[in-house]
Amino acid sequence: MARRSRTAARTSAWAVAGWTLATALPLAFLIVFFLWPVLSLVATGFTDDGRLDLGAVPEVFGAARTWRVIGQTLLQAGLAAALAVVLGVPAAYVLYKLDFPGRTLLHGLMTVPFVLPTVVVGVAFSALFGPAGPLEWLGLDRTLTVLVLALVFPNVAVVARTVGSFWARLDDSSAMAARVMGAGRIRAWCTVTLPALAPALASAAALVFLFCSTSFGIVLILGGREFSNVETEIYRLTVQFLDLRGAAVLSLAQFAIVAATLVVSARLRRAGERAVELREDAPRERRPGLAELPAIFVFACTALLLHAVPLLTLVIRSLRGRDGDWTLANYAALVQPPAELPLDAPVAQAVWLSIRIAAIAALLALVLGMLIALVLSRKPAAPGLRRAQGLFDGLVMLPLGVSAVTLGFGLLITMHRPLGIGFDLRTSTVLIPVAQALVALPLVVRILLPVLRGIDERIRFAAATLGAAPMTVLGTIDLPLLGRSAGLALGFSFAASLGEFGATSFLVRPGAQTLPVAVGELIGHQAPGSYGAGLAAAVLLGTLTAAIMLIAERLRVDGRWGGRRQGELF
Amino acid sequence: MMPARPTHTPARRVAAPLIALAAVCGLALTGCAGSAPDGQAETEKVTLVVHDSFPNDEVAAAASAATGYDVEVISAGDGGELTNKLVLTAGAPIADAFFGVDNIFASRLIERDVVEPYRPAGFPDSGLAFTIDGEGADGEPFSLTPVDHGATCVNIDPAWFAEQGLAEPATYEDLAKPEYAALTALLDPTASSTGASFLVGTVAQFGEDGFADYWQRLTDNGARIEQGWSDAYYGQFTQGGEGGTKPIVVSYASSPAFTVDDELTASRTRALLDTCTRQVEYAGVLQGAANKAGAQAVVDYLVSHEFQQTIPDAMYMSPVDASVEMPEAWAKFAPEPAEGQTHDLAPSVIERGREGWLQTLGDTIGL
Repeated sequence: MARRSRTAARTSAWAVAGWTLATALPLAFLIVFFLWPVLSLVATGFTDDGRLDLGAVPEVFGAARTWRVIGQTLLQAGLAAALAVVLGVPAAYVLYKLDFPGRTLLHGLMTVPFVLPTVVVGVAFSALFGPAGPLEWLGLDRTLTVLVLALVFPNVAVVARTVGSFWARLDDSSAMAARVMGAGRIRAWCTVTLPALAPALASAAALVFLFCSTSFGIVLILGGREFSNVETEIYRLTVQFLDLRGAAVLSLAQFAIVAATLVVSARLRRAGERAVELREDAPRERRPGLAELPAIFVFACTALLLHAVPLLTLVIRSLRGRDGDWTLANYAALVQPPAELPLDAPVAQAVWLSIRIAAIAALLALVLGMLIALVLSRKPAAPGLRRAQGLFDGLVMLPLGVSAVTLGFGLLITMHRPLGIGFDLRTSTVLIPVAQALVALPLVVRILLPVLRGIDERIRFAAATLGAAPMTVLGTIDLPLLGRSAGLALGFSFAASLGEFGATSFLVRPGAQTLPVAVGELIGHQAPGSYGAGLAAAVLLGTLTAAIMLIAERLRVDGRWGGRRQGELF
Repeated sequence: MMPARPTHTPARRVAAPLIALAAVCGLALTGCAGSAPDGQAETEKVTLVVHDSFPNDEVAAAASAATGYDVEVISAGDGGELTNKLVLTAGAPIADAFFGVDNIFASRLIERDVVEPYRPAGFPDSGLAFTIDGEGADGEPFSLTPVDHGATCVNIDPAWFAEQGLAEPATYEDLAKPEYAALTALLDPTASSTGASFLVGTVAQFGEDGFADYWQRLTDNGARIEQGWSDAYYGQFTQGGEGGTKPIVVSYASSPAFTVDDELTASRTRALLDTCTRQVEYAGVLQGAANKAGAQAVVDYLVSHEFQQTIPDAMYMSPVDASVEMPEAWAKFAPEPAEGQTHDLAPSVIERGREGWLQTLGDTIGL
């Protein structure tokens, strides 16, 4: 293309240096705090007295249990992804194609299950279906059904956002043409709209699959040994047995699952991006009518039964005393913790600490995520660069798919004076926001990247033709748009960091009790009233994250090139 | 290994990791690690690593006052996780001293040379009963220093049995009898240290060849296996306060002290003292500690009367110092099983057998 060669000719040394730096900073962060620790721990499992020992591979893969665990992982994640898509599509339609009062509020509320800590989700579902729970009579406690429902719980929002934001920009004219030619509503939807949505559906399903295949807290609490997945098995092997060989082999299996999922999702996404026509502006959505009743019904059932009931059960139980009476004692215990509770200080202190740490993590994730999104949004001509870009994209997503235990123990063996800096990072509070940022980073990138990719190339082209230098184009077109979605990305990563439990709980914590860690410790403690206080703390955490998400939703700015519609998750 | 750094000003403590981070990723992080206490610039720092249910801040303050060191307390997970973290960082330890590894994992620390033998000053004679393999009787150092002890026991809800007109169970064998079918909540020994302790008890009772058969009979009799202690006690036990339905649960000898009425006249639960396994929690000085003298002072503090008397209320265990007066509810309703009444195995036997037992259990009852 003529434009490329012309801009390339004008690319100054500064621009090259700039892009190199924009790539190198996040890359260095990921290598030092993620790849190095994780690979070091895996390598420990594969070496014996300094020699390479791959004997564990056939040994572990020869065991029946390994295949049961891998099979469970694929089964749970597959079922959860399928169900999340089935429930997520009506939700996407209602939330993104219909116009009704309170829609923005619902957008925010739908995200709450996604950012709730998994400990809380597990506890809420076992409180609902377990013995003496209101749904005990269904006899579903300890079944795959409850486990899959709990896995779907946070992920309907992922599908709704991914598909909904795409759907809203989908050009309706083909579907209308089909209707004019005599196709029924359902037929037109199945033959025109559904194929057009397919790439977004596939991409969302892949993402949900990824989240579910590495789910830790939910599977541990609701699944037990019977429904162990690869993630909880790595936890057992590492934390209980110190069987690093077995854990290393399972980590490889996890890498393989993640890589396969990422490759498939990238293929499908690319296939979709070429094929459909998107509009730049979302039109005015329709008011809900009779024809929308089925979609509204499914959405209402999802929101009420799947989302509201477990959360309400949790809230109600947090308001009950040990003798079943109504009381605020559980909340009072958080404010003035009795000596026997495993709370270091009044919960306000844990909240304040969590907020400070999460704010640092969110800023870190936002800055690095912006750089990554800018780098990934370029469309380099050289095939080598494009391939490198694809690998980079995969690396950014990898923290979502790698065991928190592996990361936590990996940091432990590598962060003792890393890179000759003469400071022991292992016991430093600094590692907590770093670990949280690693988890939030993929989310930030997935929020920001569609915004940048959605910018019409012709606008950049026009700017370049009119004489703008590449940096000027970047500064006047890309960055302002990025800024508009930054609020949402920041809110999202803040909420995700605030609720982060897995990675944080496996770090060595220098007296820093974040709120999710406090919830975990309270729920598992023997002191009378500790369990109730844990539930109250979980409600508090849920309320905090919900409030943050609602504020973040408001921070999105409507804009000509799509701030509002494109600034959706994934 | 980290050399001892006698003067460590708060400003440096905050700045150093930040500079380190900035050097690594080129970003200036501000505002974290701001919890460094002020005004202790001239004291020497010593770090104690502990399990999760430990009152970190209170002990840090009290131990600093008692030892004259600036004691920092850090958490590293529950018993098994803490042990494995210490093993993985052997030679370059994350702390100077540790506390909270129990007899299930004790041998792993000794066999892997993670700890340095030490006998704390002022160790109470009553604690000698809890040392590993009875060492230390002649005044030699301990491989690990016992700090507190307790027992894992089956707990029951007596009122439930009275109401049903059913005799209360008393022994391991009773739990497998048909009249107690589907009444028991057990703990997964691969996931819970309390569960592992109960497993050790059954191995001690039925032998390495017979324990799996016993577990098989328990599960055939409808015992429910939970992942964690709180899932079983709060979620399943009739007296857990959360509407559970099982009147028999694996818990601790001390648990009945927490189900007493307000007037301290009765407890709603009872521990079956013939189904107990002793649990001892150890402390020690880590090999390669940056501040060895400080670490020894901290271990001294952990067995001192001052710390020992805080143990029942803070950690639900009994102190090794028998001269500590126990809380009233404990004395009345949570008696310890008598010497010889418990079903125990030596830590070295546990370390050698543990994985195999779990494997056997997995093969027989699918755990």
